[in-house]
Amino acid sequence: MIEIENVHKSFGALKVLKGIDLTVAKGEVVSVIGGSGSGKSTLLTCINGLEPIDSGRIKVDGIEVHARGTDINKLRQRIGIVFQQFNAFPHLTVLENVTLAPRKVKGMGRAEAEEIAVKQLNHVGLGDKIKVYPGRLSGGQQQRMAIARALAMSPAYMLFDEVTSALDPQLVGEVLDTLKLLAEGGMTMICVTHEMGFARDVSDRVAYFESGVMAEIGPPEQIFGEAKNEATRKFLSSVR
Amino acid sequence: MFEYTFQWRQAFRALPQMLEGALVTMQISLLSMVLGITIAVLLAVGRNSKSIWLRAPATTWVEVARNTPALFQIYMAHFGLGSFGIYLSPFVALLAGITFNNAGYLCETFRGALRAIPDTQMRAGRSLGMGPAKAFRLIIAPQMFRIAFLPTTNQMVWAILMTSLGVTVGMNTDLTGVTQALNSRTFRTFELFALAGVIYYCIAKAVMLGARLLAWRLFRY
Repeated sequence: MIEIENVHKSFGALKVLKGIDLTVAKGEVVSVIGGSGSGKSTLLTCINGLEPIDSGRIKVDGIEVHARGTDINKLRQRIGIVFQQFNAFPHLTVLENVTLAPRKVKGMGRAEAEEIAVKQLNHVGLGDKIKVYPGRLSGGQQQRMAIARALAMSPAYMLFDEVTSALDPQLVGEVLDTLKLLAEGGMTMICVTHEMGFARDVSDRVAYFESGVMAEIGPPEQIFGEAKNEATRKFLSSVR
Repeated sequence: MFEYTFQWRQAFRALPQMLEGALVTMQISLLSMVLGITIAVLLAVGRNSKSIWLRAPATTWVEVARNTPALFQIYMAHFGLGSFGIYLSPFVALLAGITFNNAGYLCETFRGALRAIPDTQMRAGRSLGMGPAKAFRLIIAPQMFRIAFLPTTNQMVWAILMTSLGVTVGMNTDLTGVTQALNSRTFRTFELFALAGVIYYCIAKAVMLGARLLAWRLFRY
């Protein structure tokens, strides 16, 4: 379970998060939508401790992410994150990209790590690309590799930060299909996304962020059907 | 007006001795590169550090190494330190001087390479559960060395040529030292130094070729 309690965060004078409360249960898929600069991506990087927070609390499986005594490297093994810009390691082959963390962080043997990696890469449809360097892959393939890389650590949670925003339109579908498959498999996911169709079809709940505040959260039928919040309705009518 | 008679035979007779000197030259330059690269990585990290106590000494090193003559640096290592009672042999002084110079230049090369790697690479590594040092070693450093590879090769050639300055601090076992000693015995100045020049040229070319082969083998991406 991910518990976010009254989280505040600012970059200098700019307040990015102004008291966010959100609890995500095991197996739940929550999509976060909202305009750029609304703080949704920042929230994700706070959840896995890449960004410090000013006040409030974030707990993952009861462990406080930003507490002094928390072994953040250990905690991050349970929280996979995929970024907008793929972040493939260009000096490693696809297989090495995926086996790196299991081997060097978890101390897994090469054979075992490769077995898991091949399974994950098959799962995202890259089984025939394992010996290739990421530079030879399309954006969609790189992004699916990044997903496989995160999954190879067998995380309990997956955070997706606008994973289709940097892709050519015709490549968006293949990545979203991968996410759908993952959601159907019961993965707990928080997806920051601009893909409204995806948010509606896959999420258990959808949260709408506006200028650092979670203006509304509810099941997709509510958000996309009869949003209670005026700002939510306005945003949705502008993106559709 | 042109009455110099070439006596190449005498020079060629000295060839085995000169090649032995060339071996010492390569030894010093290789050592100075290994040490220089190691120190340069530390300096680069230091110069990028937030702490003034790391940044200031690293910056000073780089400033002095890059803005004073290499000859001055080697002199300082030998005669300069000698004034304080620290006596380095010509070999060590030459090695120290060139290492100092290499580290200064390579630091900036590596810093430039670091800047070319997006911050998101580090973030990606950290988000997979790696500590900062591990992420640097496994993800940042290999990319940094690739970007810095060709400039580093240039520095290697430069280091080989710099070893010839050792003769000014009494170095007599490297290629220039040996040549100079032979010269003072035989006065076949042109022949001996021409031959030395050819040997330097060959070493430098061999290093460039070796580097190109190594790059082809190492950087498959």
